[in-house]
Amino acid sequence: MNTIMMSVDRNQVLESFRADQEPEWVTVLREQGFRLAEELPLPKLEKTNIERWNLGTFGEIRRPAQRDSLKDAGGATSEWIDSDNALVQRNSGIEFHRLTEELRGQGVIFTGLEQAVRENPELVKPYLMQAVRADENRMTAIHAALWSGGAFLYVPKNVQVAQPLQALFLLDDEEACFMPHVLIVAEENSSVTFVENAVSAVSRKHDQFGIMEVFVKRGAEVHVASVRGLGKQITDMTYRRAHVEADGRIRWVVGEMNAGNAMADTASILQGDGADSDAKVICVGAGEQHMNLTTRAVHIGQFSTSDMVTRAVMREDATAIINGITKIEKGASGTNGQQTEKVLMLSPKARGDANPILLIDEDDVQAGHAASVGQVNPEQIFYLMSRGIARAEAERLIVYGFLAPVISEIPNDRLRDRLQSLAERKLGQA
Amino acid sequence: MNTTLRIDQLRASVEGKEILKGLSLEVRGGEIHAVMGPNGTGKSTLASTLMGHPKYEVLGGSVTFNGEDLLEMDVDERGRAGLFLAMQYPSEITGVTNSDFMRSAINAGRGEGIEISLLKFIRLMEANMKTLEMNPEFMHRYLNEGFSGGEKKRNEILQMMMLQPKITILDEIDSGLDIDALRIVAQGVNSLRSADRGFLIITHYQRLLDYITPDFVHIMMQGRIVKSGGPELAQRLEAEGYEWVKEELGIENETVGQDEDAFQMPMNTTGPKIR
Repeated sequence: MNTIMMSVDRNQVLESFRADQEPEWVTVLREQGFRLAEELPLPKLEKTNIERWNLGTFGEIRRPAQRDSLKDAGGATSEWIDSDNALVQRNSGIEFHRLTEELRGQGVIFTGLEQAVRENPELVKPYLMQAVRADENRMTAIHAALWSGGAFLYVPKNVQVAQPLQALFLLDDEEACFMPHVLIVAEENSSVTFVENAVSAVSRKHDQFGIMEVFVKRGAEVHVASVRGLGKQITDMTYRRAHVEADGRIRWVVGEMNAGNAMADTASILQGDGADSDAKVICVGAGEQHMNLTTRAVHIGQFSTSDMVTRAVMREDATAIINGITKIEKGASGTNGQQTEKVLMLSPKARGDANPILLIDEDDVQAGHAASVGQVNPEQIFYLMSRGIARAEAERLIVYGFLAPVISEIPNDRLRDRLQSLAERKLGQA
Repeated sequence: MNTTLRIDQLRASVEGKEILKGLSLEVRGGEIHAVMGPNGTGKSTLASTLMGHPKYEVLGGSVTFNGEDLLEMDVDERGRAGLFLAMQYPSEITGVTNSDFMRSAINAGRGEGIEISLLKFIRLMEANMKTLEMNPEFMHRYLNEGFSGGEKKRNEILQMMMLQPKITILDEIDSGLDIDALRIVAQGVNSLRSADRGFLIITHYQRLLDYITPDFVHIMMQGRIVKSGGPELAQRLEAEGYEWVKEELGIENETVGQDEDAFQMPMNTTGPKIR
């Protein structure tokens, strides 16, 4: 019946984690994941049939040797890290991590998630697989069974972390399973910025089912930047979900720059009154890639606010389905949810679809949406060219202009440059 | 070499309709030509065809620019060769700042390795904006986005001043400008007058020509130039309109490419009564 898990030896996986002194409660979660994976269907995506993506190539758990210096970790990709607080996952395990004395002294925790379940179970257990649950679909179940490495970021009450904490997730072993889980807990009135990069250097098919869970407590503020730059052979399926309590804020910046098929679902659950979410997503598609990107805001608390902006550029034969979902629950009065999705197509074979969806069960609210799908405007090209600018440069200016409202908002210079260079590479101009 | 734009028996169509029906004109360095005429006589088509707008198809005739075949050049090559069109309806481009755009345009003309330095560029742009009495913040605004009609026109003249073209075509630069803006725009044009630069000013009205004195005035009807003269011709048009020209030349309908069976308001009917 179910072929998707055939490539994985369940006992071998469980044994591998047990050998690593994984606590019993985590093993129970994994066993449950294996069981659910047999029963549950794949998620149903708007206008994308992922049955055709032939998912099920996960590889085996392969852990890297621990490194003492960043220079030795992550190969050349470590140059993307410029923070004193950093973590590198290579294939199925953590290769390097460091946290300054100062932050440690303030009670901040930033380690691999496997280490955290052993060392800080009381801080991990109440949250792990609680924002995204194993029983949602076959994908989340498989993730619950197979996740490894991962990152755990904990910020105690009233602690403000100024410097961004960075994580690099690297896959460069053809046989390795690559399925990080990121868990962020920001206690009351704390603030933190987390930046992740995902990259790969493999030539065989891999399927990555990733989950990021963020818990933003009362009055806390969390900025998350996620830049996906995985190769053609990787199918990247990711759920990012934040639970935001009263007066908490979540800021998402997502760069979908993968070269292979991708599904991403980035959601803010605004549970508390006055909770706020801002999501900015940019995406460049090329080749024959299919992408299905969803951004959601769920308003439960009163006077909660959300803004979502997605800009996608599609070239060659790429297809993107862009969904924006604003859900306002009954009782969430005084809320304001806004969204904009824009797709720019650079070739006649590129396809883009923008679907703004408003689901509103409360009267006293504001909600707005704007969506557009179109080609580069020939009048604009003519205008720029008439000033002596060559066609390719004119197109480049227009495309970057299209992405600028998102890129220019990125607070971290290094991240902005990296996103820009990834976009340039995907646009075939670097 | 002295600048020359030579248009010979140019015929062009838009959306399958022939608009330019054999137009000839020569603009040389140091000269200012005004092309005047009522609406729908092909003036803007002339401007767009010369610049190479993809919607306009050349059916016949020739245009040479300093001896080279202009019609064989791509739009950007025309720009780099020194042709400039100040457009009636400039495009708005989100995300591209005015300064990034103008620097790209200047560097496109200069070529790789000899790009203008950022400092020099900013000084140049600031000085020109001052001449045009533009708010310095327009440097960092997105190209034409949210600009008023007058601001767009000034921005066109700013580009002209930055790029220093050999031949400038002003397509109804005066429409929608108040008298102050008109004076400033004219000042920009006059500041660029020199022996090796030519101008082709397309306009309905005489009033711009009060500020920029043309050497030649041409009247356009039915897709060609039907009458040429000096500045006094423009003054007579201002005083008497175009009827006398039509009478003199025996032209009944001066327009071109308009549908002959266009909707006509029925005579002797009354509109619905509003109670």
